[in-house]
Amino acid sequence: MSIEFDAPKPVANAQFVLKTVAEEMMRPNSRYFDEHEHEIPWDYIEFMHSAMKAMGGNSLAPREPSPSSPPPEDERHRDDGGKRPPIGYQLIAAQMEALSWGDVGLYHCLPGGGLGAAAVHAAGSPEQREKFLARFHGDKPTFAAMCITEAGAGSDNSAIRTRATLDEKTKEWVINGEKIFVTGGDKSFTEYEKLGRGFIVVWASIDPAAGRAGMRAFVVEGGTPGVRVVKLEHKMGIRVSDTAAISLVDARVPFENILGSPTVDQNPTGFKKAMATFDATRPLVAATGVGVARAAFEFLKERLAEREIHIRYGLPRQKLTSIERDVIDMEIMLKSAWLMVIKAVWMADNKKPNALEASMSKVRSGDICTKITQKVVEMLGPLGYSREFLAEKWMRDAKITDIYEGTGQINRLVVARQILGYSGAELR
Amino acid sequence: MYSFDPTEEQQMLIEAVNKYAANDLRPAARNAEESGELPRKIIAKGWELGLLQASIPETYGGFGERSAVTGALAVEEMAFGDLAGALAVTAPSLFATPISLMGSEEQKREYLPRIVEGEWSPYTAALIEYAFDFDPNDLKTIATLEDGRYSLNGEKAFVSFAKEAQALLVYANLDGQTQAFIVAKEAEGLSISEEREKLMGVNALPLYRVKLTNVKIPVANRLGGESGCAFEQLLASMRIANAAAAVGVANAAFEYSRDYAKEREAFGVKIAQKQAIAFMLAEMRTEIEAMRLLMWEAAWELDTGREDAVKDAYLASTGAADMAMMVTDRAVQILGGHGYIRDHPVEMWMRNGRGFAMLTGLAII
Ligand SMILES: Cc1cc2nc3c(=O)[nH]c(=O)nc-3n(C[C@H](O)[C@H](O)[C@H](O)COP(=O)(O)OP(=O)(O)OC[C@H]3O[C@@H](n4cnc5c(N)ncnc54)[C@H](O)[C@@H]3O)c2cc1C
Ligand SMILES: Cc1cc2nc3c(=O)[nH]c(=O)nc-3n(C[C@H](O)[C@H](O)[C@H](O)COP(=O)(O)OP(=O)(O)OC[C@H]3O[C@@H](n4cnc5c(N)ncnc54)[C@H](O)[C@@H]3O)c2cc1C
Repeated sequence: MSIEFDAPKPVANAQFVLKTVAEEMMRPNSRYFDEHEHEIPWDYIEFMHSAMKAMGGNSLAPREPSPSSPPPEDERHRDDGGKRPPIGYQLIAAQMEALSWGDVGLYHCLPGGGLGAAAVHAAGSPEQREKFLARFHGDKPTFAAMCITEAGAGSDNSAIRTRATLDEKTKEWVINGEKIFVTGGDKSFTEYEKLGRGFIVVWASIDPAAGRAGMRAFVVEGGTPGVRVVKLEHKMGIRVSDTAAISLVDARVPFENILGSPTVDQNPTGFKKAMATFDATRPLVAATGVGVARAAFEFLKERLAEREIHIRYGLPRQKLTSIERDVIDMEIMLKSAWLMVIKAVWMADNKKPNALEASMSKVRSGDICTKITQKVVEMLGPLGYSREFLAEKWMRDAKITDIYEGTGQINRLVVARQILGYSGAELR
Repeated sequence: MYSFDPTEEQQMLIEAVNKYAANDLRPAARNAEESGELPRKIIAKGWELGLLQASIPETYGGFGERSAVTGALAVEEMAFGDLAGALAVTAPSLFATPISLMGSEEQKREYLPRIVEGEWSPYTAALIEYAFDFDPNDLKTIATLEDGRYSLNGEKAFVSFAKEAQALLVYANLDGQTQAFIVAKEAEGLSISEEREKLMGVNALPLYRVKLTNVKIPVANRLGGESGCAFEQLLASMRIANAAAAVGVANAAFEYSRDYAKEREAFGVKIAQKQAIAFMLAEMRTEIEAMRLLMWEAAWELDTGREDAVKDAYLASTGAADMAMMVTDRAVQILGGHGYIRDHPVEMWMRNGRGFAMLTGLAII
């Protein structure tokens, strides 16, 4: 044990390879899909799918887990006699940062299980994992999504009103409710010919009186009768990523599609497991924010260099130009935010409890990626504001980082509870 | 590999320094600040932790190698106790560490054993100059080579323990490059102000103005001898130390205000239960973590000989100075009116917190 900052080889390799992918497959498509919202980037999806297959399964790097589905439990904490420490989450974070540097919206269109598969990983049984996750290794690109949010339940997701009741005769779950803001909901649920059958993971209560203890997640297969994508949102940014509203009316789901116990026990394990998904994914979302911020930052530095403006690192602040001060401040933000991501995922890889670090990395990333991209647009003046360049798009894309997977405020609450030793009741 | 756990040895050191910081430095800090005097007994005890000694090879009387990471961990812990105290205890490093890292063989043999083998004794360095745009890479103190000797001219500010120092390492501009020169206390033309510097903070640390008028020194007294020294590396070591101290002070302010907020009641609840306070604390903790990691990375880069170390030490020092101001300001805010009263340490930490933007050169790792 010691303090070290060398990126492990597979991480450095992934960053190298994905930079090319980002430059060749993402950047050239960024503007088009920003301006053609709801058009599906088929060429990109198919290319990425076959590229990932060629490189060994559903992954972009040989024999390592993919950015869109966490490594299986046994791989996450692989122990090979202490020779090679586990780096699964570090690798995913690096991949997500690199791809988001390319285009964070297109990153969301990467085929794979996404948050839906992550929920199956976290809360499903081994049989369920096998049953539901094999599809992501198939011939066709396949998607899955996570449906928690409702119109009346966002940050306070214990307030969801979607209900699941057991039909004792058929042993099926009958689900009713309306979900909103489902990332990839359309590609996961709608049966497109070019795609394999996906699924959505729907959070519902099996016993409203039990509160959080009654919350469960259900795997709802694509095309299930009674379920409809009722709307695709029009957004400020990440427009290429579909954000669906999905209604469920008497949707019937097989008994075995429930993740976790089918009866209400006193321990709210279902909800806790959903939250555990977030501990794992928060630093990853933070990584996407860092990627967008880095894109904007590098673009700024390139434009400055074209005008022979080079940052004089090392000068006292009083001697720096305002541009230099801003660039230096941004670099401090960017570098430190990335280190916070790395520390949080390194802890996850090493089985260290990381709720504090995960949320801190998300707080910091949400802060700095909005600040940096907004500042870049300002500093570039008309070039920044013009849609001829991507700076303005990155500013719009960046904002989502501070909203989904726990808003900046919700993550501050998590951090504060951790450092104060408070429960949710003591600080809400 | 990424890794964020200190080694076992480092962990033991952290604990030892933390104990000293909490049991000796912190309790003495307020009195020292008000009286301007930190008891020598306490400095001596800090010296016995052996931080400098452990960073100097056996050949020269020490028992180890310099590790910037270890140094940074120790400085953070010490500054967590008290900044002025930390700067006092580590002052001899300002002289010894550059010699150990970049001195000529004769310089090492002459100075290192006598510094590290004995008790704490005042040795120091003079870098800072009294100008709003002070720039360590563009010093106004000038060194010129005349008749086979260097002649030093200029004025230095904020020189710790200058009055009693056995010798000083004076940084000066030699043909546009910052270089360092060993100046004995009896050197002709060296004059040290009678009055101590009067600053906003760190009042327990005796700081002086030092004037150099045609101070002649033998060429052998240039740090590193004829070929001189790589000042950028030394500056990076000072900046990392500055950043580490900033993190330590900020963490002290964070923990103190956190604990206060959990005790203090207003409107029927603990103030920590109000988001206005809780969110400030969450942001303070987050910023501290961010700058600590940036500072660690720069230190690691220095230890592993990476080029980025120089730039990253600058970023860490710049970022940590801002962070320390922000965090200490909020700590005062969280204590409300009581934060403003000198019964609590937070106002002192806030005054110290502003110092990191200009105090690079008062510590080195
Ligand atoms: C593009 C996009 C993609 C998304 N993808 C998904 C997805 O795939 N699956 C899914 O389930 N959801 C998804 N979401 C939903 C997202 O997680 C929610 O929008 C988010 O959790 C916030 O909920 P809300 O929008 O209802 O805001 P609200 O909860 O109404 O929050 C409004 C404001 O109040 C603040 N606030 C709320 N509670 C507190 C509190 N206790 N203390 C202080 N401040 C508070 C919030 O921080 C925010 O600033 C997505 C959203 C978007 C925009
Ligand atoms: C130099 C000085 C002169 C003064 N002069 C006078 C005077 O002449 N006469 C007089 O009567 N008083 C005077 N005061 C007292 C001053 O008005 C109080 O210090 C001030 O009202 C704050 O109260 P407190 O110090 O008890 O802090 P607290 O009330 O304990 O507050 C501590 C912290 O909690 C925050 N906080 C408290 N309640 C909430 C809440 N509901 N939501 C969010 N945050 C909250 C506060 O903003 C603060 O950050 C003086 C104080 C000073 C320092």
